[in-house]
Amino acid sequence: MAEYNRPQSEAEFNENFKDKTPLMNDTQAHYESSRCLFCYDAPCMNACPTAIDIPLFIKKINTGNIDGAAQTIYDSNWIGNACGTVCPTGVLCEGACVYNKQSVPAVQIGKLQNFATRHVIDNNKKLFEAGKDNGKKIAIIGGGPAGISCACELRKMGYTADIFEAKDKPSGLTVYGIAPYKITNEEVLDEVKYLQEQLGFNIKYNSPISSKDQLEQIEKDYDAVFIGVGLGPTAFRNIPGEDKSGIIGAVEFVEDLRMNHHKTNVGKEVIILGGGNTAMDAASESARMGATKVILAYRGSKEKMGAYDFEYELAISSGIKSVFDANPKEFLGEDSVEGVKFSRADGSEFTINCDMVIKATGQAKMGSFFKLIDNMETDESSRIKVNKKNNQTSNPKYFAGGDAINGGAEVVNAAYDGKLAALGIHKWLNE
Amino acid sequence: MPDLSIDFAGIKSPNPFWLASAPPTNSGYQVMKAYDAGWGGAVWKTLGMPTINVSSRYAATNYRDTRISGFSNIELISDRPLEDNLREMREVTKRFPNHATIASLMVDTREQWIDIIKMVEDAGANGIELNFGCPHGMCERGMGSAVGQDPKALKTIVEWVMDAASIPVITKLSPNISHITDPGIAAVEAKTDAISLINTIKSIVGIDLDSYAPYPVVDGKGTNGGYCGPAVKPIAMHMLKELKKHPLIKDTPISGIGGIENWRDVVEYILLGATSVQVCTAAMHYGFGIVRGMEDGLKRFMSEKGYNTIYDFAGKALPNVMEWKDLNLKYDVKANINSDKCIGCDLCYIACDDGAHQAIALPTDGSRIPSIIEENCVGCNLCSLVCPVEECITMVQKDDGTKHNTWQQLTDSEEIPCTWNDDRAGGKGHYVPEPIKALESVRKDRSGARAK
Ligand SMILES: Cc1cc2nc3c(=O)[nH]c(=O)nc-3n(C[C@H](O)[C@H](O)[C@H](O)COP(=O)(O)OP(=O)(O)OC[C@H]3O[C@@H](n4cnc5c(N)ncnc54)[C@H](O)[C@@H]3O)c2cc1C
Ligand SMILES: Cc1cc2nc3c(=O)[nH]c(=O)nc-3n(C[C@H](O)[C@H](O)[C@H](O)COP(=O)(O)O)c2cc1C
Ligand code: SF4
Ligand code: SF4
Ligand code: SF4
Repeated sequence: MAEYNRPQSEAEFNENFKDKTPLMNDTQAHYESSRCLFCYDAPCMNACPTAIDIPLFIKKINTGNIDGAAQTIYDSNWIGNACGTVCPTGVLCEGACVYNKQSVPAVQIGKLQNFATRHVIDNNKKLFEAGKDNGKKIAIIGGGPAGISCACELRKMGYTADIFEAKDKPSGLTVYGIAPYKITNEEVLDEVKYLQEQLGFNIKYNSPISSKDQLEQIEKDYDAVFIGVGLGPTAFRNIPGEDKSGIIGAVEFVEDLRMNHHKTNVGKEVIILGGGNTAMDAASESARMGATKVILAYRGSKEKMGAYDFEYELAISSGIKSVFDANPKEFLGEDSVEGVKFSRADGSEFTINCDMVIKATGQAKMGSFFKLIDNMETDESSRIKVNKKNNQTSNPKYFAGGDAINGGAEVVNAAYDGKLAALGIHKWLNE
Repeated sequence: MPDLSIDFAGIKSPNPFWLASAPPTNSGYQVMKAYDAGWGGAVWKTLGMPTINVSSRYAATNYRDTRISGFSNIELISDRPLEDNLREMREVTKRFPNHATIASLMVDTREQWIDIIKMVEDAGANGIELNFGCPHGMCERGMGSAVGQDPKALKTIVEWVMDAASIPVITKLSPNISHITDPGIAAVEAKTDAISLINTIKSIVGIDLDSYAPYPVVDGKGTNGGYCGPAVKPIAMHMLKELKKHPLIKDTPISGIGGIENWRDVVEYILLGATSVQVCTAAMHYGFGIVRGMEDGLKRFMSEKGYNTIYDFAGKALPNVMEWKDLNLKYDVKANINSDKCIGCDLCYIACDDGAHQAIALPTDGSRIPSIIEENCVGCNLCSLVCPVEECITMVQKDDGTKHNTWQQLTDSEEIPCTWNDDRAGGKGHYVPEPIKALESVRKDRSGARAK
């Protein structure tokens, strides 16, 4: 599998991880926007979790009103640029485009979205203003897409919005989790900076909230609280040998990769456990990091995999192999992992050698943190329960959104949740 | 924040976007829906003499994959009972008192005009528009464009109306006439409060190749239709400019109509002096929602340029629309190809070689990126118009901007070329290849090659 050589420098890393579909130029945007039919009650718009008025913003691009197009996007979705890049558009807006019905390629909505948002970000166009200070303060725990989106919407209405973020960068998994060939760190951070400069929310970095005392202080200082903490680290699977070195969780692996690029340690022969989108990402990423053998091992059948087809195709196209009906039984080796023993449904067993294992088998929930908050109910999978109309939890002072309530979805869902919660907070405080 | 509200000859409206008198304003339901969507006004579908419509009423010209680049109809004025229209109009004007609800009218005798004006005034109309434009059906009965084409008759009717009406009157002109200023002057002389234009243009948009009848086909036959939509915008804008430049007409407010679909169209109409715009085809194609893009675009344009109201820039293009004889003959532009952007379609080469001035050379290095032969380039723009890449061919000014000479100045100083082979003629000395070169051209026409 010699598709990719191990990157030795930042430049080689960038080459291996470069975006397959870069930003549109003016001509592309013009032709592509001309194709939109301006459907009534547009299916694309209905398929967008944030309900961006897609035909309207495309029409604006087509008539040279790029700023207006970006405004339309941000009016519905504060993470508009990142979403244009990382959304699985094929199963969302573009998947719903009416052109699909005639086997004509769908309008490239995501790319057009980026064309507009990057235009305003790169040219620092002022589109937003904070609302008049209303004297009320909202605390936001977690500065991922959900938290940022909530902060933006609150600022527009005149609230003070203080984000408490455990890490030293904003954007959560958009910067620590999503595959680097989908979006770069700079692009994510540029968007947050662009929004923050105009709307003026505060982010307190390196400020994890983890104790009852901290929460009590926050409750005292703030009129309402939004929880957007996402999910925890990769869950432990309790498989014999799991503590050997060379076995790492997918989220931890991607975080390492996003932060350290070519300096990330990747084995020669890598086994990825799992069948979801995260597994596909980890497989593609290992291949791009120059692993000579990457094997995706999923315990069910190909059809049962949770990953989108296009993510699987992408992984396959970067040269990985897959085995199905492979349930990990034991990690073999002395101190560091040397292989994985799998069992099949019929009880038979087989072993695959490797020098690294990436577990893309699901992230832990933040159950113990949630328990610190009085009367805040969670469901059987430790997801915070909310009222779908306003994202309010059973403790009325607390609102929540993003992966923390849905157990792990997309950035666009977090963007929607944050905004919905902000509107919910506003309504609740003004009742 | 720019203020889009207007006072058009006494008709107040929250913005300059009005629906033209046509199917989108056929009923109170539609007009209310439009106001709710953001339209500032609506000219009700023409009320007047009772009519019967044919079924199969519209046809269109499609340009490649673009649907409805032009639109044609053979529909008459409203065929709904007057009573229903008036009741709905009353409801609309009550519910939306600050919008511009305008009654379009077309009747025959003086008595009928007086009667119907009274009725729409009672229904709360904020203004009246006189339909002298319909170019099919109604004109065969001596109304519509039959009046629009006869300035004398038009003047008489406008006088009757001005006598009878107590609300502002807009005279809507037909473009089916050689000099739009003739009916324009007649309307102004009869003291109309305002003018709107254009109504539809007589047309045949196509012939069905099986029935040999023009579209839209009605039981194997057809008739001329009225043409509108994006295709007619240039014609309408020229007529607007003719009126706005005419000393007798220029101070009369004009509502611009014809092919308006987005904010750019609106800005262009306003720059030519229109102070309200009306839309029919685009609303029929995409529904009322298009007004949002129009409003946002117009507001942004105004903010960027620092205009507070549309009156700040209305007519700003008019002083720049000159007669040809007053254009600077010393101004000199030449095409420039940005080779980084060029995709090598060579359309510019063939357009210039076959259709213009043989000023583009094909490359000899196999790159397909052509180059401009500056000495031959007359700056006609053709290549930049055919180039499919945005901003790839640009026209660059070559003179230093200090020299100025016009045909008029040459005429005044008796320096115009006046003999058949006058040295002072423009093309003198301009390089043109010898005719025989045509048969040695670099890249042979492929079909020709096959025929041999
Ligand atoms: C490997 C991987 C690939 C993905 N790829 C895609 C993709 O291609 N497209 C897509 O749309 N989505 C993708 N997702 C999903 C997407 O990243 C998430 O759905 C989204 O980021 C959720 O946003 P959030 O704000 O809810 O949580 P997060 O992004 O997880 O943000 C939570 C934030 O809260 C902070 N935090 C946590 N606990 C505390 C605390 N106690 N105190 C203070 N701060 C705290 C964290 O540091 C973090 O910054 C992917 C996810 C993963 C794991
Ligand atoms: C189907 C149809 C019916 C029309 N009916 C009327 C009418 O009843 N009265 C009128 O003054 N103009 C009528 N018009 C003309 C329009 O009001 C308008 O002047 C013309 O369509 C140009 O504008 P547009 O290019 O935006 O369509 C009609 C146009 C169409 C397409
Ligand atoms: S479904 Fe496709 S064609 Fe229709 S409005 Fe959306 S992007 Fe445009
Ligand atoms: S547009 Fe409506 S009225 Fe016209 S033919 Fe179609 S269905 Fe009938
Ligand atoms: S038309 Fe434009 S893209 Fe085509 S060859 Fe000429 S310059 Fe290049």
